[in-house]
Amino acid sequence: MIDQLDDIEARVSAALDQAVDLEQLEEWRRATIGRKGEVQLLTRRMGEIGPADRPAFGKRINEIKASLQVAFEARQEALKRSAHDNDDDDRLDVTLPGRRPTLGGLHPSTLVMRRIERIFGDMGFQTYRSPDVVTDQLNFGDLNMPPDHPARDMQDTFYTTDPSVVLRTHTSGGQILAMQEQYPAPVRVILPGMCYRNEQITSRSEIQFHQIEGLAVGPAITFADLKGTLTEFARRLFGEGRGARFRASYFPFTEPSAEMDIACFLCDGEGCQLCKETGWLEILGCGMVHPTVLWNGGYDPEEWSGFAFGMGPERIAMLRHGIRDIRYFWSNDLRFLRQFQRFV
Amino acid sequence: MRVPLNWLGDYVELDGSPDDLAELLTNAGLEVKAIERFGVDGAELPWPADLVMAAKVLRVDPVPDADRLVLATVDYGADSTRQVITGAPNLFPYLGEDLADADLWGALLLAGASYRNPYRDLKITRLKPKKLRGITSDAMLCSAAELGLGEDHEGIILFEPADELAALKPGRPLAEVLGDVVLDIDVIPNIARCASILGVAREVAALAEATFRPPAVPLTMDGPPIAGRVEIATENPELNPRFVALLIEGIEQGASPYWIQHRLQLAGQRPISNVVDISNYVMLEVGQPNHTFDYDLLRQRADGYADGGPVRIVTRLAHEAERLTTLDGAEQKLRTNQIMVTDPAGSLSVGGVMGGRDSEIGPESRNVLLEAAAWEPRSIRRTQRQLGVHTEAGFRFSRGVHPSQALLGARRAAELLRLHAGGTIAEGIVDHYPQPATSVTVDFDLGYLRRLSGLDLDAEETASLLRRLQFEVEVQDGSANLHVTVPDHRLDIEGQHDLVEEVCRIYGYDRIPSTVLSDVLPPQRGNREQSFEDRVKDTFTDLGLQEIVSYRLTTPEAEAKLQLEDAEPPPYVRLANPSTLDRVVMRRSLLASVLEAAASNSRFTDRLALFEVGRAFPVNEGDSLPEEQERAAVVLTGPRRADHWQAPDASDDCFDFFDVKGVIETVLDRLGLAVEFTAPVANATPPSFRPGRSAAIEIGADAKPIGWLGEVHPAVTARFDLEPDDRHPVLAAELDLDRILELVPDSLQVDPVPVYPEVREDLALIVEEATPAAAVEAALLASGKPLLSAVELFDVFRGEAIGEGSKSLAYHLTFRAPNRTLRDRDVKKLRRRILGQVERSVGAKLRE
Repeated sequence: MIDQLDDIEARVSAALDQAVDLEQLEEWRRATIGRKGEVQLLTRRMGEIGPADRPAFGKRINEIKASLQVAFEARQEALKRSAHDNDDDDRLDVTLPGRRPTLGGLHPSTLVMRRIERIFGDMGFQTYRSPDVVTDQLNFGDLNMPPDHPARDMQDTFYTTDPSVVLRTHTSGGQILAMQEQYPAPVRVILPGMCYRNEQITSRSEIQFHQIEGLAVGPAITFADLKGTLTEFARRLFGEGRGARFRASYFPFTEPSAEMDIACFLCDGEGCQLCKETGWLEILGCGMVHPTVLWNGGYDPEEWSGFAFGMGPERIAMLRHGIRDIRYFWSNDLRFLRQFQRFV
Repeated sequence: MRVPLNWLGDYVELDGSPDDLAELLTNAGLEVKAIERFGVDGAELPWPADLVMAAKVLRVDPVPDADRLVLATVDYGADSTRQVITGAPNLFPYLGEDLADADLWGALLLAGASYRNPYRDLKITRLKPKKLRGITSDAMLCSAAELGLGEDHEGIILFEPADELAALKPGRPLAEVLGDVVLDIDVIPNIARCASILGVAREVAALAEATFRPPAVPLTMDGPPIAGRVEIATENPELNPRFVALLIEGIEQGASPYWIQHRLQLAGQRPISNVVDISNYVMLEVGQPNHTFDYDLLRQRADGYADGGPVRIVTRLAHEAERLTTLDGAEQKLRTNQIMVTDPAGSLSVGGVMGGRDSEIGPESRNVLLEAAAWEPRSIRRTQRQLGVHTEAGFRFSRGVHPSQALLGARRAAELLRLHAGGTIAEGIVDHYPQPATSVTVDFDLGYLRRLSGLDLDAEETASLLRRLQFEVEVQDGSANLHVTVPDHRLDIEGQHDLVEEVCRIYGYDRIPSTVLSDVLPPQRGNREQSFEDRVKDTFTDLGLQEIVSYRLTTPEAEAKLQLEDAEPPPYVRLANPSTLDRVVMRRSLLASVLEAAASNSRFTDRLALFEVGRAFPVNEGDSLPEEQERAAVVLTGPRRADHWQAPDASDDCFDFFDVKGVIETVLDRLGLAVEFTAPVANATPPSFRPGRSAAIEIGADAKPIGWLGEVHPAVTARFDLEPDDRHPVLAAELDLDRILELVPDSLQVDPVPVYPEVREDLALIVEEATPAAAVEAALLASGKPLLSAVELFDVFRGEAIGEGSKSLAYHLTFRAPNRTLRDRDVKKLRRRILGQVERSVGAKLRE
């Protein structure tokens, strides 16, 4: 009798393999390991076995039930899985468009300014904000540009109906306010803000634009520090290995003054239309704070020194993203703005 | 400043390529904006050596049956001569002449070479042989325009005599004679000294350590003395420190020698006549503007006022209501702060800016009084601005020309007039210079240099860098100070800091080390406003809104569109000099900005969800400075969501009041603010919103709303060219961020996660239509304290079952105790209490 058990197991196992869907599998279960199934009923035949063999017989039956149960579950799992696999009615055309939530987005100027502010923030430069509408004195006089100074020709100023009040032409005036507020502590600030110049609006010039000014004042700040700080900034903003150069320039509120150029993105310094064949792109103006400006901010130039720099986030965005027309920035055309959802 | 290198080479030794020179100058602050090549390799129109050459004109003959053509025979260095047909009017005077000894030269271009075709917009064209009147023509004599040297096509290039141009011989490649490279240098204010060839030459000498060749200015004066014929007086030496005059008599006006014309052309000036050209030439070369008067005219005037006495030139401030017609024909109304060159008969010119028409050199003038003067820069600058006149002379004087340059300029101009306009210089120079300028000296502390630049240079190194720029430097043994004398042409040097820049420039900015800031790190402050604004912007974008940034300049009319009733426009910060008529005042509101943006985009897209965070500039009547307010504005209109192929009718499901309210609620909730929205009393609704469909946003007991939101009045949207209908309203909001920031709590308190389960119950209440939902919710919360932890409205129903004039509000109520599990009877009891109280407070009845 015990010998027959092997045959029964082999047959029932083979039958399990024949079940091709869950229905047949359930049939098999009922017929075999179900409550009234063939394998369950084997226990009833215990009486046919000699008392000495009964323990072995019982043990063998339990083994068979256990192994069939395991095989059943495995089979069931496999059939369940394949039921999902093979249902043609449920197939999707995976090439149909997905359902996308509508995303908002930030303006490109905000994106670029935040990135710049974060880099300088890491170096200890805190954001300082100052007004758009200021006195002529703050915008020019305090910055070493008295009336009739030729440097005033470098910027076309919007005057208000009160001749002593202008729309700021640069955020540099904020330097004075920041210094006056923070004296006698050392200063490390950046000053983002909207600036205004009386220009023809063309693809290359606008009447309003953002500027981010930076200022560091301390007991031992050098031109070499200025170079180091801005080189590090350029490395982080434009990536490792982007060449940078400093060349002499002129701003009334710095001395010595410099422009920083970086190697052209498009041609890597070979010369192309973007860089007007020079291989370099002008990125920012900078210099050591002029002694008069330090004085006006309350710091004695005999004991303090500092550097300042200024850059245009829109210009940087234009160079970086191949934007050919500065008028896009305030046109608020969604077909332009939405593209910055992919800003990296 | 356009600098032809051949001209520059007169004053400084040049070697190396133009590109290297340009880079050297650019790095030192003389930014080269463009390198232009003429004829030489790399030029847009190169002149091949074997095809474009100097040719000597031997004969000019008529062409049979052609009045307007001549046949020129030229020697171009080949074995035989060549015949060229040309219509050049400036060859006609030589018709039939034998010119073998005349030393007349032209620029010959042979077939195969290219030229600029003046009849085809100066397009580069290849010359092909053709037959004219039976004569084969396979060469041309070129005009300046045809060689790409300018616009002049009135005649061909003819130079005579030859010896003034680099060794001419027949067949010499033209590129060697007229070819040149021009550097276009951006003259920023502190390098005004480089608005001249001589100034650039000094700079090149210093940077390249090349030899500077100072100009020798010989002067041959063999005319009758000027003394007794011309006198100079200056009433305001502080404005006119020096006045130099020379008299050149017997000049013959005509074209200037070709080399002068050529250089002027390359430098961007149109040649006119020898007298005018020489005046311009000297200004460009030396940097000293000068002026020529017709001496005979001055003499006639003197006969009126001096009766045979000398011409008396006086510089003085303009008289009240004085007028002068300047060279450009404009009648200038002068102001009493403007310095004039005059004689007793009246004014002659606006000093340092522009000459007067009545005393200018005319075609018949033979005797010239040459003026080279010094003027105070600020006064010149002011005069130019006041008169709206900007001249090359004014450009230079307003940026500073040292008085010492006046004599140099005067001598150079007089000698050139003698040589090239055939004049005789009267004996003597009238040099009125009452208080000669003293030279500027600076004590230069090497410690200061080190502290500012980060460069460690010793006294000798520093001195030698400065000496390259013609500074005189005394190094004292054992002293850390250099005694520096500033050369006259460096008006920009005022103190030590300026010398630091000079040392750095000549040392090379690129060689200065780069160091990490090692100075004290100041206390870190953060910027609360900025982080707050960032958070507001981020919340808007999280909610699917797109940020826009608008012009902060607008017009009162554009903002008046927001006002339905005609009202007096509010005061604005107004521009005195707007650049366009649609940007004249600083905006007072952001609402108009976002509505304009919505309107301009509505042509392309239905769904608009925009916000702007930025400044508004309301100003009080009589104030000049506005109160700058940070504000946020939102506009929503069109479908809530984009169309999708599974839901193609999304456009029927449009933004409404509760969308804009939800946006504002979320933003304020994220800032930790509990806000109230109240229907404003009728006359307090901002005029742009639709009464009954807009709300004031209020926080706490603060009387003044922090903002408004709602449906924009259709009459307003129509003015912005947004055409909504009842199903597509335009929703907007404006928030005062400055006031909100004041109310934002500094910290967030977190509640513990509940340990005991909550009990949820639904409750529908019937209230009068006029009862605000917020009042019902407040009543529920007040009556359910402290176990009622949340109230959430899930349905609003109106209908017959409820009765007219009433509405049903259905709520999920959540009950929870902090320390135990609530039992059914606790909740039952509470529910009874709640019902009783809300009936009393807001007249709510249970909807069975």
